[in-house]
Amino acid sequence: MRLIQKLGEWFDLRLQLGTPIRETAEHPVPRETASWFYVFGSAALTCFMLQVVTGILLALIYVPSAGEAWNSLQALNHSISLGWFIRALHGWGSNFMVAIVLIHMVQVFLFGAYKFPRELTWMVGVLLLLVTLGMAFTGQIMRFDQDAYWGLGIGASIASRVPVIGPWAVNLMLGGPIIAGATLSRFFALHVFVVPGLLIVFVGVHLLMVLKLGINEWPMPGRIVRRDTYLQEYRELTHKQGVPFVPNAVWKDILFSGFILLAISVCAIYFGPFGPSGQPDPTIIQTAPRPDFFFLWLYALLSFLPPSAETPILLIGPAIAIIVLLALPLVAGEGEKSWRRRPIAVLTILLIAVALGTLTHLGQYTPWSPVMDAWSSESIPAEYLQGRTALERQGALVFQAKQCHNCHSLDDKGGQRGPALDSVALRLTEDQLIHQVIQGGGNMPAYGKNLSPAETTALVAFLKTLHPADRTPARDASRALALGASEDSPHP
Amino acid sequence: MSTENEISRRAMLVKLGVFLNGVVGVVLAVPIVRYLLSPVTREGNTRDESWLSLGGIEQFPAGQTRLATYRNPVVNSWDGQTGDVACWVRNVDGQHFQVFAINCAHLGCPVRWFQQSNLFMCPCHGGAYYQDGSRASGPPERGLFEYSYKLENGKLLIKAGEMPTPGRAANTKPGETTCA
Repeated sequence: MRLIQKLGEWFDLRLQLGTPIRETAEHPVPRETASWFYVFGSAALTCFMLQVVTGILLALIYVPSAGEAWNSLQALNHSISLGWFIRALHGWGSNFMVAIVLIHMVQVFLFGAYKFPRELTWMVGVLLLLVTLGMAFTGQIMRFDQDAYWGLGIGASIASRVPVIGPWAVNLMLGGPIIAGATLSRFFALHVFVVPGLLIVFVGVHLLMVLKLGINEWPMPGRIVRRDTYLQEYRELTHKQGVPFVPNAVWKDILFSGFILLAISVCAIYFGPFGPSGQPDPTIIQTAPRPDFFFLWLYALLSFLPPSAETPILLIGPAIAIIVLLALPLVAGEGEKSWRRRPIAVLTILLIAVALGTLTHLGQYTPWSPVMDAWSSESIPAEYLQGRTALERQGALVFQAKQCHNCHSLDDKGGQRGPALDSVALRLTEDQLIHQVIQGGGNMPAYGKNLSPAETTALVAFLKTLHPADRTPARDASRALALGASEDSPHP
Repeated sequence: MSTENEISRRAMLVKLGVFLNGVVGVVLAVPIVRYLLSPVTREGNTRDESWLSLGGIEQFPAGQTRLATYRNPVVNSWDGQTGDVACWVRNVDGQHFQVFAINCAHLGCPVRWFQQSNLFMCPCHGGAYYQDGSRASGPPERGLFEYSYKLENGKLLIKAGEMPTPGRAANTKPGETTCA
């Protein structure tokens, strides 16, 4: 025991770190901040440290070469002892890290922690969010599979839309004219050197400011932040009623971080590593590329933007979002901190959460995409064929053979790109059906050139049968009058 | 007096040192920036693009649209499969061809050809194109990217070498405007 103490003294005489470490550990924090709401920042840091360790372990095996990366991941998954587990830890660790960073940000926002004098802490936090997302995106590319390959294509297509410098930006991003070896190499450099380097620097500055300025006090409704009085008030909170960070507050951080590490490990063991999916062979086109979970909302958004608005929104939207986030503490640096007195802040969070959640949900089952094999894999429900005429059944064949089923569902089977057709005859008259099929419109291609008159007649005859038995189909009242025909014989 | 002189001398030496480092910094920055920008500066010349054979025209029967693949003209040994590129070849009438890039004009995903309905469909965001490459529906702002082609000694040649994207499609003809 005495030997350890002597050794400690020997080092401390030379390092001179003992006193500052002790002072940091025991610095007083406001009593109420020893709370479970204040554990997310340290948990994010724990995730990052896990990512550094598992990342280095993966780099022992991974080959950052377009020709070999996929094979080396297969080796990690199947040949290297517990390679799959390290990959799973790294993959799940990244998901947890993004999630915890977002939760941390929401908590900090709702608790008004970005206000004076912690404006810069928030701004660096925004940069930390951006580099964390940068790690997530570049990490997805390290898993050099089909999703990564076409994900790069999407990235290049977006970059190319930047006015004037677009084409250069694409070449700079890809490292050449196509997605190839140079692309993976530069994203490897970004993922392993550049972005983590920035992350470490920003984390250092962020932590330094948290220590120098003190942790945000628990917001009380009515306790207003003013630049000229805040520092004095905070000093009283910490020095008169405060408690030492160690051990009064730190045990919750440690417990929560341990719980998160445990959760990541359980996910890694239970769900295993992410991919890789198919080989990055661009000649295999039977693929439906999909980004990782945290970019699904963007993927969904891209299918809903009107074509004319897409480029401006894609290019200007992120810039505006970042500027708003960075400017927030400068605009709202004083005033009420408590979320109980900030309804707009709460509503904003709810709105963003619902929007992102909805888009992510949609991104998981992509209703806007044709179901590429529905025409050959999904049958027409039997009740839609029973008791039908030969012409109507012929129309059902046309419906399948011409891939209408890829975009239109019957009995909830098939694509959802276009409207479900189970009751289309209630909505459209015969003439409108013919017009819609031949000329398209409303985001439907025109089939005039691809259908013979006989096929069109059969298809429309089938579509006219698609209505609930107890309801009469749509009809053109004026037509019957004009032709003087009876209502129930639309073929005069 | 002498101490003041010494201080100003040291201050001057510090300035000199900073200046020297600045000059060396600039001298080093030029090659570093040029190195970093090499993928861009290379684009000025047309080295990336060249005429490539997709094989004999007998592989592409008249009136049909078939998938073809080629090896990118500029590849490194470590590019692996990424150096192989696919494209759609449409033989219009035995004389005229259209060669479409595999990349959707929206965000670059691989479009698939459906000969039964004569449509190209994209799996990502639901873009659809007619058989002549013009836009049929969905988010794309334009038709499919088209490569220039020529016929030589019974072979179909296309001019290719860079990934077509919405912002740099100068070398590819835009598809005809939609009739729908």
